Amino acid sequence: MSSTHREVPGTIFFDGPMSTKGYALNKMCYSFNNAEGRDAFRADEAAYCDKFGLTEEQKEAILKRDLNKLLRLGGSVYYLAKFAGLLGLNMQDIGGMQTGRTKEEFQAYLDSQGRGKNNG
Amino acid sequence: MAKVIGGITTSHIPAIGIAMDKGLEDTPYWKDFFAGYPPVREWLNEQQPDIAIVFYNDHGLEMFLDKKPTFALGCAPQYENADEGWGIATIPPVTGETELSWHIANELIEHDFDPTICQDIKVDHGLTVPLSIMYPGHNYQHLKVIPVCINCERYPMPKPSRCFALGQAIGKAVESFAGDQKVVVFGTGGLSHQLDGERAGIINSDFDIECMDKLVSDPEALTKYSNDDLVEIAGAQGVELNMWLAMRGCMLGDVKEVHRNYVAPISNTGAGLQLLIND
Repeated sequence: MSSTHREVPGTIFFDGPMSTKGYALNKMCYSFNNAEGRDAFRADEAAYCDKFGLTEEQKEAILKRDLNKLLRLGGSVYYLAKFAGLLGLNMQDIGGMQTGRTKEEFQAYLDSQGRGKNNG
Repeated sequence: MAKVIGGITTSHIPAIGIAMDKGLEDTPYWKDFFAGYPPVREWLNEQQPDIAIVFYNDHGLEMFLDKKPTFALGCAPQYENADEGWGIATIPPVTGETELSWHIANELIEHDFDPTICQDIKVDHGLTVPLSIMYPGHNYQHLKVIPVCINCERYPMPKPSRCFALGQAIGKAVESFAGDQKVVVFGTGGLSHQLDGERAGIINSDFDIECMDKLVSDPEALTKYSNDDLVEIAGAQGVELNMWLAMRGCMLGDVKEVHRNYVAPISNTGAGLQLLIND
């Protein structure tokens, strides 16, 4: 958590220090824009992490699909979204994973804040 | 001189593009959202703008962390879309524009904005989803697009006040362009949402509605927020309001709202749509 930003619980500001920390991790996830990158990752996940120079901690978090840890280790949500996409997960799947809810519970949380769609 | 004939705000989330690809527009989940768009499409069809200036943010297709402009201005004759990694279909090339865009580049520098000038960039869903939803069947190639990309990913990000001022500078540049082109301006993204972390899923519909109201009547009030304020009030990606503010800045002077729709949740967001014209 950067000291230059306000404390917002459950939120990590992706700033310069985080971008430095997560550069290799984000670069790997950026490569998932290409089918070749996605296939190479699927073929050998750990070796692909090593190729990009992830730290052991980052690699472990990738292998465990620990998104909150990846955020703390410098992951940017834009690139982690590509990782999620590779895993076949959508935004409600990863919303649940990050908030300790099932996908259905996460959807219910979204709906509870809604308007204009059966929500008055 | 060229003229800004109107401003449009719209969500740009990938789920919209995926829903269109799958033909889900009339399903219960989507129908209230898509029902908002026909009046805007009809307006575009009646007005036949020549050029669209589109404020968007790149989500890691063209602009990775290695070289990430704070503000970027496209000056290219064409823009390609490409695989973004998670399954949204790639759309046909977008037609660009190289005369007004260079004029805007000159005028921005003259007025103390120093954007990155781009002659070859790929554009992602931030730009392609709004075009796809306004022109079903990808019938947008007659429209010349000027992409303006704003960093909404990594801090430091441009302040809301600065994004509004950028829009004002672009609006003045359009007015000083020797031509009779009709220009529509798009502010894309938003509204409240947070994709990342333990706080993922926050939506603030009251704030979204307030933003839509103030975008019409008192946009300066919105420029008083900091990006940290927006994160706290509207979620980490609530900073995409900056693209809406840039759009509003282009519409120098008073505006009236011709059309509005707001639906939440659409995916994880509050999804707003507005059509504004100068009063």
